[in-house]
Amino acid sequence: MKKIFAIVLSMIILASALAFPVSAYDYLDYSQETIDYYKNLGLQGTTINVYNWGEYISDEDIDVVREFEHLTGISVNYTTFESNENMYSKIVGGGVSYDIIIPSDYMVEKLINEGMLEKIDYSNIPNYDNYYDKEKYGYLTDTTINDEKVSDYAIIYNVGTTILIYNTKYVKEKPDSWTVMWDEQYKGKVLMFNNPRDSFAIAQFILGQSLNTTDPDEWDAAAALLKEQKDKVSPSYVMDEVFVDMESGDYYLAAYYAGDYELMHENNPDLDYVLPKEGVNSFYDAFLIPNSTQNKAGAEAFINFMLEPEIALANAEYIYYATANKSVIENEDYSLAESKAVYPDPEDIANAQVFHDLPTETLQYMNTLWTKVKGENNANSIYIVSLICLIAIAAIIVVTLLRKRKMRKYYKV
Amino acid sequence: MTKNSKLSKIYIILIFIFLYAPMAVTMVYSFNGTESTYVMSGLSTQWYLKLFHDNATMNALKNTIILAVVSAAISTVFGTMAAVGINNMRNKYLKSAVMTTTNIPMMNPEIVTGISMMLLFVFAGALLHKKDVLGFTTLLIAHITFELPYVILSILPKLKQTDICIYEAAQDLGCHPLKAFFKVVFPEIRPGIVSGAIMAFTLSLDDFIISYFTNGPSFQTLPIHIFSMTKKRVKPDMYALSTIIFVIIFILLILMNIAQVKSEKNKKKKKSGEMDL
Amino acid sequence: MKKSSFVQTVLNSPYIIWSAIFVIVPLLMVIYYAFTNESGDFSLNNIIEIKDYASTFLLSVGYGAVATFICLILAYPFAYFLSHSGASFQRMSIMLVMLPMWMSFLIRTYSWMTILGDSGLINRFLGLFSIGPAAMLNTPQAVILGMVYNFLPYMILPLYTVISKMDGSLIEAAQDLGCGKLQTLKKVVLPLSVPGIASGVTMVFVPSVSTFYITQKLGGGQITLIGDVIEGQFQTAYNYNLGAALSLVLMVMILICLGVLGYFTDDKDDGGVLM
Repeated sequence: MKKIFAIVLSMIILASALAFPVSAYDYLDYSQETIDYYKNLGLQGTTINVYNWGEYISDEDIDVVREFEHLTGISVNYTTFESNENMYSKIVGGGVSYDIIIPSDYMVEKLINEGMLEKIDYSNIPNYDNYYDKEKYGYLTDTTINDEKVSDYAIIYNVGTTILIYNTKYVKEKPDSWTVMWDEQYKGKVLMFNNPRDSFAIAQFILGQSLNTTDPDEWDAAAALLKEQKDKVSPSYVMDEVFVDMESGDYYLAAYYAGDYELMHENNPDLDYVLPKEGVNSFYDAFLIPNSTQNKAGAEAFINFMLEPEIALANAEYIYYATANKSVIENEDYSLAESKAVYPDPEDIANAQVFHDLPTETLQYMNTLWTKVKGENNANSIYIVSLICLIAIAAIIVVTLLRKRKMRKYYKV
Repeated sequence: MTKNSKLSKIYIILIFIFLYAPMAVTMVYSFNGTESTYVMSGLSTQWYLKLFHDNATMNALKNTIILAVVSAAISTVFGTMAAVGINNMRNKYLKSAVMTTTNIPMMNPEIVTGISMMLLFVFAGALLHKKDVLGFTTLLIAHITFELPYVILSILPKLKQTDICIYEAAQDLGCHPLKAFFKVVFPEIRPGIVSGAIMAFTLSLDDFIISYFTNGPSFQTLPIHIFSMTKKRVKPDMYALSTIIFVIIFILLILMNIAQVKSEKNKKKKKSGEMDL
Repeated sequence: MKKSSFVQTVLNSPYIIWSAIFVIVPLLMVIYYAFTNESGDFSLNNIIEIKDYASTFLLSVGYGAVATFICLILAYPFAYFLSHSGASFQRMSIMLVMLPMWMSFLIRTYSWMTILGDSGLINRFLGLFSIGPAAMLNTPQAVILGMVYNFLPYMILPLYTVISKMDGSLIEAAQDLGCGKLQTLKKVVLPLSVPGIASGVTMVFVPSVSTFYITQKLGGGQITLIGDVIEGQFQTAYNYNLGAALSLVLMVMILICLGVLGYFTDDKDDGGVLM
């Protein structure tokens, strides 16, 4: 038994040895000015918690988090979420503190509305004036929520639109409408968003509704349309699994975000995209500092760092979304500057709509409808099979019980 | 007879193929030359190298091992004390109440255990005005809590086999109770303690559901990290990780098996030696 | 005497306090959240809302029952054959059964996607004979397969423990008294393995009913079981109260199932069959 302990122990030691590999990572070269700036912040030894979308920061050839830690001496706990609601639940649920979160437009408004955010101190973000594309994207945050200016709280990271991606091998005719996702010939080959807001938006476009309607009847109609889709083509509801599913050719049609199309297209040239005529959702993701922050200066250093030209370029090349950093667009090395999916012509997205924060009742109503759309299974066979199994199990139990009774009787006799 | 035993062997092997097919797949694909987890093209070890350079994964691995070792150690000590206490309990109702409580984390669905602990931690965090209550401590508490029943239940049967008279005799002969315990009872229940400790360790290593609800951003374990990896585009580096874990556990199990065989042989020798006397 | 009761208090009290705080109180928290609304006032709305999920509960129990049943059918012959094989083969086999339990079930479940996908291994194999592709992933069958695959070892181990510990002389006696092989199995082996079946059924049924990862990965978000709904309430919908109410019902439901099972099988062991 001692040996087992020794073995377990040695395994642990071996594993921990593996846990500290010698790294061969080459850090970027920064100007002395930049190095001094981050050094003089005096934040060495502090920690920040960053909560970001999955696959939403460069972590391969240029590991942005690592670069940041190296330059500032701040250590980063980097975690990811898969939907705005997922992020919101964590933040509001309590028990966790984050210093940077990067949600989308309507969630930004909601958090401002609920007083969950800290105002950003722009004097700590010198790169904002240097590199942020105010002319092009400034209007997005020049709105007010509850008399609070959105731009006081949010600095845009990326912008984009939703898009309809299809596989030209299987979808012969170039679709022009979201309704193709209701076409029965693609049954089982359709991918929808696994989050209520984005999925409802598609139905709302078809119905010609506003994405921000508060009328329950309109939501009912949209839910009915989604239900109809579920019955007709039984779509899969996914988020980032969409990459594997579309690249492998397992699925023919998907609604997803424009930048991700370019990424998929690289791995599967059969894929093409279309901006449906009913309209698309135009969105932005922005850096925010929640009021649970315990290191606001560190958070601001992080935002500033994300705006550094070489870092912004690395991120833009990794994420494939349209960046709000003008130094990237001006950069000759930037490979996506010509992409019409990422940077669509204004006339192509003339009827794009933006999400706004919805009242709680509407949101709850939407969530209930969503659970119902997804939850009601139409596989009746499973009920029958399960009933048979339950009966079988019950029968086994009863038979055993009876036999036991019998045995007991014998014993008593 | 031989035909039957052949058929049964074939059945057993078929079940093993079912159990190991996915693992074989992960192993093969971990050497894939490209990024795909569907199409195999070319062999390479790039994913293993990549894995070792991935800070987040390595950090998660380190965290997992720290958590497993600490929680297993605490729950073993704690569980041993509790098992001895429960075994000596005279009050029948109290004993059955304690045993029922012990069974709760084992019988409850893991998701309910995880949620209930999360609610407690969040509630306590709000009371204490602590913003980042979820982290290493909460994970540790959660892990200890769900490991304890397994430790206790693997020690209790051994305790029942132990003759309490010897323990009392040792005390009567002037032994301090603690010393009497370590001299008399401990050797008897040691196998139970060891298997409880190993079980606690492995349960902690593999736990996802309870950790999922009680973790915070500052302390991510490997299963949590893997979960967030499978939410994204899965690359073969995750398969490489799985292969490494598989190999380590495989070696561990074989060594344990050998050790067990040896100790049994020793016992037999001892016994036959006693017989000779 | 006094001394020993003092020692006992010292030994017991930490554990009792620990389980009170971290086992009982959390369950009370679940009840508290289930019966309050967002602002913390008493409310029965969550409990009333549960009726909307009745079909989901039923479906979960159905999936759990099917998976448990298949596990039992697969595991029983396995355990029986295994306990009648050579000692070293037994030892090795049990090790091989336990090994998957130690590995991340996330990765193991995920790798089924590579096997079952439309361009996965099985379909490519079928493609060689120009059959298919058959849709296997994202179907109810795939979810059941995932459950059976993940929880099969939990059925095999208790069954094996019970069958291999069975008194051989009973079987011999039955055979001496003229019982055929099948009859021996029916009259002696099966009834004696009831405790093993009971604990195996428990260990498969409970996690199957409450799973959420398997349905998400192998069911493609099309099949929503109660675990998914609960996870959603906590992780995305931020409705802790409804989530707690659903958990409470799930817990009560499972405890009732276990209670019934325990009543029928008179299972009085202290979990000794578990491992």
